[in-house]
Amino acid sequence: MNTTNIMIVGVGGQGTLLASRILGSVTLQSGLDVKVSEVHGMSQRGGSVVTYVKYGEKVLSPVIDKGEADYIVSFELLEAARWVPYLKMGGKLITNTQQIDPMPVITGAAEYPKGLVEKIKAKGVDILAFDALSPALQAGNAKAVNVVLMGVLSTMLGFDKSLWTDAVKALVPEKLRQLNLEAFELGVKAAG
Amino acid sequence: MKQLMLGNKAVARGLYEAGCTIASSYPGTPSTEITEEVAKFEEIYAEWAPNEKVAMEAAIGASIGGARSFCAMKHVGLNVAADPLFTASYTGVNGGMLIAVADDPGMHSSQNEQDSRHYAEAAKLMMLEPSDSAECLQFTKDAFELSERFDLPVLLRLSTRISHSQSIVDTGERQDVPLREYKKNPQKYVMMPGNAKGRHVAVEERQRAIKAYAENCPYNRVEMGDRKLGIITGGVAYQYAKEAFPQASFLKLGISYPLPEQLLRDFAAEVETLYVVEELDPFIENHCRALGLEVKGKEEFTLLYEYSQTYLRERIAGEKPEYLTLDENIPVRPPVMCPGCPHRGLFYTLHKLGVTVFGDIGCYTLGAAPPLQAMDTTVCMGASISGLHGFNKARGSESAKNSVAVIGDSTFMHSGVTGLINITYNKGISTVIVLDNSITGMTGHQQNPTTGLTLKNEPTYMVSIEKMCEGAGVRRIRVVDPNELYELKKIITEELAADEPSVIITRRPCVLLKKVKKNPPFHVDRARCVSCKMCLGIGCPAISMKEGKAQIDATLCVGCDLCQRLCKPGAIKKHDED
Repeated sequence: MNTTNIMIVGVGGQGTLLASRILGSVTLQSGLDVKVSEVHGMSQRGGSVVTYVKYGEKVLSPVIDKGEADYIVSFELLEAARWVPYLKMGGKLITNTQQIDPMPVITGAAEYPKGLVEKIKAKGVDILAFDALSPALQAGNAKAVNVVLMGVLSTMLGFDKSLWTDAVKALVPEKLRQLNLEAFELGVKAAG
Repeated sequence: MKQLMLGNKAVARGLYEAGCTIASSYPGTPSTEITEEVAKFEEIYAEWAPNEKVAMEAAIGASIGGARSFCAMKHVGLNVAADPLFTASYTGVNGGMLIAVADDPGMHSSQNEQDSRHYAEAAKLMMLEPSDSAECLQFTKDAFELSERFDLPVLLRLSTRISHSQSIVDTGERQDVPLREYKKNPQKYVMMPGNAKGRHVAVEERQRAIKAYAENCPYNRVEMGDRKLGIITGGVAYQYAKEAFPQASFLKLGISYPLPEQLLRDFAAEVETLYVVEELDPFIENHCRALGLEVKGKEEFTLLYEYSQTYLRERIAGEKPEYLTLDENIPVRPPVMCPGCPHRGLFYTLHKLGVTVFGDIGCYTLGAAPPLQAMDTTVCMGASISGLHGFNKARGSESAKNSVAVIGDSTFMHSGVTGLINITYNKGISTVIVLDNSITGMTGHQQNPTTGLTLKNEPTYMVSIEKMCEGAGVRRIRVVDPNELYELKKIITEELAADEPSVIITRRPCVLLKKVKKNPPFHVDRARCVSCKMCLGIGCPAISMKEGKAQIDATLCVGCDLCQRLCKPGAIKKHDED
């Protein structure tokens, strides 16, 4: 029962839920079994958030544990570092390089670690680190970081691109559709 | 049609397909979306009740009235509704009735980790427990037949990973169920001692019937594999165990109460080593032990938090997962009040005043976290006001002049007003602050009796917090915008000094409400910033220090101006100021 395990991590309010729902929709439309496990309630309030997407012939457990993620898509750099242990050996980490200080850093009780991308690389992790905020702003809204990152991920999973754009169209409000489709394209380009 | 569906939404779909017509609930993570989704069906009358007890009583009334009825709550909500629950077990139903209760192992958004299965046993009610969204839909649908067949309200136990996971469901058509005839039947519905005695006999007879049913029903399933390892499990734990040991033999229990004694015995006899895998309490395990079965359970597994496939592999097979670790101290990122949150000004003021704060359940519980740290207790819904009263009775009138209760608008409606009545009635002089942000915030914006809108977004009578307090006998009622820091501090100081009970209503809508206008982000004039860090004291996630000066993250700031009010050198500027 092999499944592809993807974690979408970030800071509450960054739109990780929408990203996981886009990915869930793509996998469903491609005829696979899928489970998407979300976070609601208190932890959403600016805290560290994680959603799991698992797909394959048959999916049982809705959660992904340490050493099990084929891909981690992180919306924020510190969160990428936090979830590294969940990456499968040989898994891929895609991260936005945007930094959002957590409250212990704001209050001075802790420091935001420096050189995280290099330190993660030094562990032998296959990492794609890039600024996803700029393309989101270019598309017209900082909140489109989630769709930019889905654009990047779309180039790695082998699903038809039309499935992705259909999912984006179906899941964002009509007036934001064009903006998000543009953000998605910018993500595809960023993947190189 | 095949769809990817949240467990909670699948429950709502099941209600629709089963011909349910009445739903009454109080929001609570992780149960909230069930009722929000139910409200989207025109065929179902759905409402937010002020609390879970009222919701369950409304559902009981609807059932007696002949409708298929429903109520939903989180695990701690079932404590509130326990009173009607136990006696509804005696009255039984007319139209079928389902009660969904969502546990929160791991306490993602809860104050405790209690296991609701004990309620089913204690109240002698059948409890179904689905393992994915497809079962959420099917079990919900079937529950009404079972409720009507055995004359009992049926419990549906969910947990965070079932409620908040999406998996594939196949939806069906709605079955229209006509309203059943209502016949006056005091022996069944008037639970005074003479009648209740007779009903208790009926309950015990029913116990025998549902136990016999559980032995041979479609919800408990044996999946024979390798007989060396047998696992008895249910709910989400089934998914973890099945993923970890796909070759093992399973007894998957879809009915958590009553447990099928013969089936348990038969399964135990078929396998060499038998484990019971269940999160939280040893509920199934204790039943197995009472039957004299040799099982491995909580001596191997923790009573705490959530399980996972990796955890089970490690505990049962000794397999340790392989993973990378960074040699780096990663600061935690706890949840915080949002930028622009109306509660921030209040907690900043309470922090500065250094008063004792009896807290309650809602977003404002985050006022306990650094840097504000303005909370001393949080127990349960409503306990701020009643707890403060007891605290001040114990410690005397000086204590009352140095302590407050804080409670949100929805929580005040839920069970705060009774505590306030206790203060006025029993000559207390405590000061209560009602944080009116015009919505039920933490659970994701549900309407409540003070907002003037129903669950279905229809305009309705707006319950006045002021008038309720007046009616309870409070003479000193003040209303203030919590962002007006000077005024707020003055009012709190005055009301603490008063020798009678006071209520201060801090009124400012939740910044996440669509109707609340967000301002363009503020910015810091670095030349003017003197690095005094006053602005950091409010604990706004948009403000941090960068290269020795304050900085505002333009992607987070909503321009609420609270930080600007604290900036003495005038370094924090509106977007159009230089």
